[in-house]
Amino acid sequence: MSELSDSRSTRTAMVGSVGVLQSWPAYDVQSVRFRYQSRGSDATRWILEDVSFCVQEGEVLGIVGPNGSGKTSLLKVLARLMRPLQGRIDLFGQELASRAQQEVARLVGVVQQDTQQLFPFTVAETVLMGRFPHRPHGRWTGGFGWEDQEDVTIAEQAMMMVDILHLAHRPVTDLSGGERQRAMIARALAQKTKVLLLDEPTAFLDLQHQVEICSVLLRLKEESRLTVILVSHDLNLVSQYCDRILLLDRGRVVRLGRPEEVIEPGTLESVYRCRVLVDRHPNTGLPRVTLPGRGLSGGT
Amino acid sequence: MPSIRKCSVPAKALFIHEVPLKQRPATVQPGSCAGVLPNESCRVDSASGIVAQGAILTNSRWMATLGILALTAVTVSFICLHFGAQPIAYGEILRVFVDAMNRKEINDGTADVASTILLQVRMPRMLLGFLVGCSLATVGVALQALLRNPLADPYVLGVSSGAALGAAVGVLLGAGTTFLAETALPVCGFAGGLLALVIVYRMAASYEQLPIHSLLLTGVILNAVFSALIMFITSILEPNRSYGMMAWLMGTLTAPTYGSLAGLIVYLSIGLVLLFGQMWALNILALGEESARTLGIDTERAKRSIFVLAALVTGAVVSVSGMIGFIGMVVPHAVRLVTGADHRLLLPASALVGGTFLMGADTIARTMISPAEIPVGIITALAGGPFFVYLLLWRKDRLA
Repeated sequence: MSELSDSRSTRTAMVGSVGVLQSWPAYDVQSVRFRYQSRGSDATRWILEDVSFCVQEGEVLGIVGPNGSGKTSLLKVLARLMRPLQGRIDLFGQELASRAQQEVARLVGVVQQDTQQLFPFTVAETVLMGRFPHRPHGRWTGGFGWEDQEDVTIAEQAMMMVDILHLAHRPVTDLSGGERQRAMIARALAQKTKVLLLDEPTAFLDLQHQVEICSVLLRLKEESRLTVILVSHDLNLVSQYCDRILLLDRGRVVRLGRPEEVIEPGTLESVYRCRVLVDRHPNTGLPRVTLPGRGLSGGT
Repeated sequence: MPSIRKCSVPAKALFIHEVPLKQRPATVQPGSCAGVLPNESCRVDSASGIVAQGAILTNSRWMATLGILALTAVTVSFICLHFGAQPIAYGEILRVFVDAMNRKEINDGTADVASTILLQVRMPRMLLGFLVGCSLATVGVALQALLRNPLADPYVLGVSSGAALGAAVGVLLGAGTTFLAETALPVCGFAGGLLALVIVYRMAASYEQLPIHSLLLTGVILNAVFSALIMFITSILEPNRSYGMMAWLMGTLTAPTYGSLAGLIVYLSIGLVLLFGQMWALNILALGEESARTLGIDTERAKRSIFVLAALVTGAVVSVSGMIGFIGMVVPHAVRLVTGADHRLLLPASALVGGTFLMGADTIARTMISPAEIPVGIITALAGGPFFVYLLLWRKDRLA
């Protein structure tokens, strides 16, 4: 602990002259441990064990790992949906737990994996809900508050970015999985946050929309220093679009680094317990993962 | 909606950006997004909000919908005043109202029969029906959004059977068989409703948070236990009192005095206005609990306040009218199909439709085998049951 606080004070000292807002990392995660609290069951397994990493503002971080490695739990902890049992998470230099829910909502947008909807809000209404954290509201969550023109315009821009403007008046309950997922991404974009946390954002998307969403994210990163943390099973997508990759296995950070440092056969085979082929993407030179193919699928 | 289509086509056309990634300039000019992706800058400029504006709830649609529903409510109330054991002509109804406004009703020495029936019997009973229908539908909407279950209504949580049990215990202890006349019974019902609320909340909140499925399950269990207790009390009462209790349990409206009606109006209005204040929270909560939290809603606090308000309103309603079912479930459903899901419109519209529906149902209940009456709960169940079957069979997509 003393080590931690030392590094903290030196960092604060360094930051002091430069200007605090520019220099704080978006996320600073320090030895976070988490497990689900359920009575009666003796589930002592840590879902997240001693996870530490730092995400700079304007960085795109991909979180990968096998099923049950704790990716989604980590994202939920970062989104302040679940509290870590130990450790500390700082969001732009201030402890996440000490920030108000609404304040977090103005800084961090979240797109969850399960986007099933029950009530027939139109797509436009759903996307507009992303403006909710920016509404001034008091104790009684104030009144009718018709959306002002600015909010509506922002929502429309967000819908354009993910190509769902033509669905604006359709009920979200009638959409296909991919359309609904894009609507949820548009909602998070309309939130105009500095950080986006995305859980499998491209899981239901066809190729065109996968590429489109990724380029929208990269554009926002360039234009407005958007920080993106995304969980994905798609190692290739992560390799192509993320600045750094965090590889989780059984709740522990196995590797954290640039794509070429993490996406390499030895590491992947030991974590995923199967053989994979890793070569170079012909255009970008970034690592590319392929399944071994028929006849070679046996263990390592 | 032709205007929406007209706008959405060019907007969609503008959006098609088949320019390959390579052709886009790679350099970033700080502070200028147009420099990054010239073809996309026009996309941003073209976002005028017109398309989105056409697809969301607007002030004018809100006013128009509620205006039409309010007019319908007034029209239906006139028709309801007309019917009865002795029909009263519409001209006569208007005359009585005009006289009542001008305070001329006592000039005539002989009792004005029409005026007495209208003002002392039909009018207060109709208002009570409207109020009860309003409350049940509003609470139904709130609980459906809160529990993210389109099948939720005041009864699912066991709050209304708790209230009913309270009132039944009151009867057992000798508080009488006519329900609205006794001031003790509403208090008993209210206490029972609160008890149910506390039990549901304690059981469901035994975990760190309040998981919605355990809330529902707790309600189901409570309902079973309370119903058994109510049936037990009914079976040990003397026959004439148990008949009154059965009628009340089935849901019956009786003409209240204006004094007790005024008290009820004040009480329910406060509850309903506070519930209406949660409109935005309900909208966001309908997205799902975790999504609502990521949008900055304090979900635990919102759940608590909506839950308590719903229990208070339900307790009062059950103690004056018994178990009138299906309104809290069916009305919000039907209204949602027409108005959409936005609670800013859904809540007041459901309240108006629920009130109108119960006024109509009660008129049928008191005229169908006139001069005898049948419990209005039977009418609402007969009307609501088939609708529910329709939902279950043909609109499975609307159910959880």
